Amino acid sequence: MTDSKYFTTTKKGEIFELKAELNSDKKEKKKEAVKKVIASMTVGKDVSALFPDVVNCMQTDNLELKKLVYLYLMNYAKSQPDMAIMAVNTFVKDCEDPNPLIRALAVRTMGCIRVDKITEYLCEPLRKCLKDEDPYVRKTAAVCVAKLHDINAQLVEDQGFLDTLKDLISDSNPMVVANAVAALSEIAESHPNSNLLDLNPQSINKLLTALNECTEWGQIFILDCLANYTPRDDRESQSICERVTPRLSHANSAVVLSAVKVLMKFMEMLPKDLDYYGTLLKKLAPPLVTLLSAEPELQYVALRNINLIVQKRPEILKHEMKVFFVKYNDPIYVKLEKLDIMIRLASQANIAQVLAELKEYATEVDVDFVRKAVRAIGRCAIKVEQSAERCVSTLLDLIQTKVNYVVQEAIVVIKDIFRKYPNKYESVIATLCENLDSLDEPEARAAMIWIVGEYAERIDNADELLESFLEGFHDESTQVQLQLLTAIVKLFLKKPTETQELVQQVLSLATQDSDNPDLRDRGYIYWRLLSTDPVAAKEVVLAEKPLISEETDLIEPTLLEELICHIGTLASVYHKPPSAFVEGSRGVMHKRLPARTGSGEGTECPDVGNAAGGSAPEAAPSIIPSQGDLLGDLLNLDLAPPTTPAVLLPLLGGDIGGSPAMGAGFGAAPAVMPASLNAPVGGGLGDLFDLGGGVGMPMGAYIPPKTVWLPAMKAKGLEISGTFARRAGVIQMELVLTNKAMSVMTDFAIQFNRNSFGLAPAGPLQVLTPLGPNQTIEVSLPLSTVGPVMKMDPLNNLQVAVKNNIDVFYFSCQYPISMLFVEDGKMERQVFLATWKDIPNDNESQFQIQDCHLNSEAASNKLQGSNIFTIAKRTVEGQDMLYMSIKLSNGIWVLAELKVQAGNPNYTVSSGTRRDR
Amino acid sequence: MIGGLFIYNHKGEVLISRVYRDDIGRNAVDAFRVNVIHARQQVRSPVTNIARTSFFHVKRSNIWLAVVTKQNVNAAMVFEFLYKMCDVMASYFGKISEENIKNNFVLIYELLDEILDFGYPQNSETGSLKTFITQQGIKGQTKEEQSQITSQVTGQIGWRREGIKYRRNELFLDVLESVNLLMSPQGQVLSAHVSGRVVMKSYLSGMPECKFGMNDKIIIDKAGKGGVTNEAGKSTSGKQSIAIDDCTFNQCVRLSKFDSERSISFIPPDGEYELMRYRTTKDIILPFRVIPLVREVGRTKLEVKVVIKSNFKPSLLAQKIEVRIPTPLNTSGVQVICMKGKAKYKASENAIVWKIKRMAGMKESQISAEIELLPTNDKKKWARPPISMNFEVPFAPSGLKVRYLKVFESKLNYSDHDVIKWVRYIGRSGIYETRC
Repeated sequence: MTDSKYFTTTKKGEIFELKAELNSDKKEKKKEAVKKVIASMTVGKDVSALFPDVVNCMQTDNLELKKLVYLYLMNYAKSQPDMAIMAVNTFVKDCEDPNPLIRALAVRTMGCIRVDKITEYLCEPLRKCLKDEDPYVRKTAAVCVAKLHDINAQLVEDQGFLDTLKDLISDSNPMVVANAVAALSEIAESHPNSNLLDLNPQSINKLLTALNECTEWGQIFILDCLANYTPRDDRESQSICERVTPRLSHANSAVVLSAVKVLMKFMEMLPKDLDYYGTLLKKLAPPLVTLLSAEPELQYVALRNINLIVQKRPEILKHEMKVFFVKYNDPIYVKLEKLDIMIRLASQANIAQVLAELKEYATEVDVDFVRKAVRAIGRCAIKVEQSAERCVSTLLDLIQTKVNYVVQEAIVVIKDIFRKYPNKYESVIATLCENLDSLDEPEARAAMIWIVGEYAERIDNADELLESFLEGFHDESTQVQLQLLTAIVKLFLKKPTETQELVQQVLSLATQDSDNPDLRDRGYIYWRLLSTDPVAAKEVVLAEKPLISEETDLIEPTLLEELICHIGTLASVYHKPPSAFVEGSRGVMHKRLPARTGSGEGTECPDVGNAAGGSAPEAAPSIIPSQGDLLGDLLNLDLAPPTTPAVLLPLLGGDIGGSPAMGAGFGAAPAVMPASLNAPVGGGLGDLFDLGGGVGMPMGAYIPPKTVWLPAMKAKGLEISGTFARRAGVIQMELVLTNKAMSVMTDFAIQFNRNSFGLAPAGPLQVLTPLGPNQTIEVSLPLSTVGPVMKMDPLNNLQVAVKNNIDVFYFSCQYPISMLFVEDGKMERQVFLATWKDIPNDNESQFQIQDCHLNSEAASNKLQGSNIFTIAKRTVEGQDMLYMSIKLSNGIWVLAELKVQAGNPNYTVSSGTRRDR
Repeated sequence: MIGGLFIYNHKGEVLISRVYRDDIGRNAVDAFRVNVIHARQQVRSPVTNIARTSFFHVKRSNIWLAVVTKQNVNAAMVFEFLYKMCDVMASYFGKISEENIKNNFVLIYELLDEILDFGYPQNSETGSLKTFITQQGIKGQTKEEQSQITSQVTGQIGWRREGIKYRRNELFLDVLESVNLLMSPQGQVLSAHVSGRVVMKSYLSGMPECKFGMNDKIIIDKAGKGGVTNEAGKSTSGKQSIAIDDCTFNQCVRLSKFDSERSISFIPPDGEYELMRYRTTKDIILPFRVIPLVREVGRTKLEVKVVIKSNFKPSLLAQKIEVRIPTPLNTSGVQVICMKGKAKYKASENAIVWKIKRMAGMKESQISAEIELLPTNDKKKWARPPISMNFEVPFAPSGLKVRYLKVFESKLNYSDHDVIKWVRYIGRSGIYETRC
């Protein structure tokens, strides 16, 4: 029996035929037809028209047929939600089947059908399956919770599935544990601040026990989850490491890499003088080397990770240079990565071997690889001083081969060698000049020109050489043009008599005939310098250059730390943080390595770590950070939850306000005089002070008075006024609905358009009784901030649709930004310090609040009511400086400094927020 | 997690498409085809990012398997999964080819439904999958059978079912090693390592507990030290031990026990499987030495002489020996003389291939060739690829020896002595190259 025939039906009228076959009485025929449908679906044909017919085949005791129908359902249910309901009964029935395989199949499939109505029906069966007696059903149900959460997060929370899922971590079956961990980790990722996983020594212990028993994939889930845990001290860290190291011998490379990740991370906490630390370092090398005998694709992943590991801890693989030698038959992507690691591991001890290898590679076939090999020779010269001479002579040999791209690449690196070791290898210039004509790549031409200009006094015909480049000046790339300009100016300063004409020529080419502003500017600067003060020109242009550093290609340390936390994952393959390639909220959370903490006073580490260990003084609010503190804080920086760059600048730019909801001008409100461009923000904040004391509660959050949002005329008699409030951490929309029409209004519902902070109703609008004519009802609608996000203008604009039995009405209103300030917005002092420093000046804005008659103490208390927390206070020359932090519901932090001068009713506020990478 | 999995034929037509996550649309199928399969320049990485969507691919003959995701997945896991998927498919229907995939597409969908859930790999052990994914339906099962299946799929010993019975309890151990060498023209070893595998075929009844022992230096030294205290320095086995750089084990081996006691204990899967892999770099017996001599005579002629020497006990025989001597692209003619075996110039492969059926240890053989070249004005010199060698020898080049494999099955009435055991050593060339 061959199934390939199903792929070949392409005739017309096929859908009709299939329809007939699907409704056939014969079981075999039915099954054949469903197979055809699936085959068509696979190749991308639209067979959604057959939906009812396929679903009709669902009621069957043939499991194969059932699975096929389910597959179809998963694909098309979304496009036919109403008809998908037809399937619900079968699902619910199957969830009760005595066969656990069928129960699991039903719950697994149901979770893949993304139709709201079906999800509602899913809850009960899922609840049962989570407690099923059969582990196979439980492990399937655990994943199903994650599926459901992806469709409707609120539902999962409301139904208490998260707690059930947490309970499954203690399940007796290791696979159930592993799947529960996977599901929880995924859910936790989309709620960066929730303490969903609640990792503590007890739960960690459970995970470590399950680790020994579950499947290879389960081990990966658990290890990846463990990597997110931060042990309390070095002892706990060590004991976890001890229990994770056996995984290094697993046949599955992913298990090994995830174990390496946990070890690399927890190792940070171990004191370096500990014996165990050394043992651990030794244990890491062999499994990493073994990864290189895996299949090429895995080798590639391993090599990308090793590249990170050798940057973080070069000692681990320093003796393993040979395994990174390139094999003739390695795929190119493996070769290129190996080359990178060879250079990183190159040292005085092994440089001879490395050079011999690199020279070998430079004669290979693949152009990219050869180029990289040549460049590597140059990098070795710069990295290992003792080898520089040998490297240069190797490069000269390679230039003799006259292979065009080898020569060009060699010249580019020789230029760097000159920069590192000036006045040492200039004797080779003659050889380089011989190859001038063969250079056709901008980088090589630029490098050569630089060399000629830099050493013009030693090259007799420097002027001729440079002149030859000048002929086609306008066809050169900018890089070459700039280099040529500089080189000729250098030449002129060295040999002014013969080259006056040349320099005039290049200056006019650069300034008059070029469209490139960089080139023009540089040209003018040289021109002016040369014409006003040739001595100064000499000092500027021929100044001594700093030596180039040997490790220009290293990954920046904070990024490296983050990437170490992502070993094994795509981030480690791309060498980019997840936020750079993952959309939405997932993965935006920056991970960081734990700081080293001693369990006792005895373990002192003089480096970065100790500041974070709690040694910073807690009480004294000194604001000027000491050097050590700052370093520690830099480590902590990434603690700041994700920020969404798009929203940041407008927040500061001031388009927050301008809104009546936030603006001033009501009751005994303070006279807010907008200062400079940030007026509206000032306005909003001014309200927060609420000094008149007329409106609102004395200590609670600021609530603006109700305004009319929807006048009766515009809404067929329905008038809506309202305001926003934050009560006990919940954002409430408080509405007053008035019926000014003649007839009764019923069936109220509310919806929001997408908005800047993802506000969405957390439940339906609770208007239970009909609203009679001239009746008024007050409703309060709790809001969540997990809705879809779209930047609005002004930022705090909210578009609302209200429906009743008469029609749908739209209006927009503006909410005070302060209701988005969350309760846990109190930033740690250390973090605050570092973050404050980290905020670029551009992101900072300043404005004044006038006529505020509170002292700093009272202001601070009042602001705290609106979740604006004072982190520190200091007094300078009679001025109180308050340092405050605010956290928005989407995780953005705003830091502010408030200057209060006794007796002066005007406050000065400077605030800023950091824009994340 | 994994967002979807696609299988394409060499033309880029989709054979299988299974999407697990809502963020993966149908256009992902086309994106991979256009940007990778049909790419003008061959893709140079197994991971490709197209419009914020990441694709992982492996190729099996001319079939492309691609995993797609929009999240920061565990990349190593994705590739391990793809390999595993290939294994599972191969064990169900043999070679992974377009024909076989089309013929079994329903089965493949069923497998994909089982071993990936919401993009998370689940049980992928062929042994247990075959108990309930059969393409025959599972109607006839009793309740006991069903619960046995589910407990095996989710259980601690997912790789073996209970109640296996054999009339004759038998096991076969193969120590398969591939020895890798890179040697300089002067005969200096640039790098050499052995990557070995212990492959076991077990036909044992019940749930036997096995213990495997080899001449691992660490164990022998430990035992040796124990011996010193007992018998005052009479340890004899010390010399024969080998230093293992690293080893990895099948899912069935208790890793924590290996970590603490360095003992290898396990309950074996039924049938054939790979028990362990290991790697050694010290004291490797290099079975052959290749001595090349290449001389350029003028611009149109090359003289090549290659000597091979066998370096093992004269009583042993190496087999399937093949030496491959690369020739320049502009070769016009070759004359070969060899004392033993057959040598041929293969123009399509740009190499002289010299084959010898058998060769005993401590022998030497030689080939010489004259290569005529067409004059070219190509500036680029000939890259001189290394001379490579293939062979098979009946011993383990690492020096590994199996010391014991003990079988305990307490519930059934057979003992370790009743089990018939076979051990075989095969050393093969991996990448065995000498530069010239």
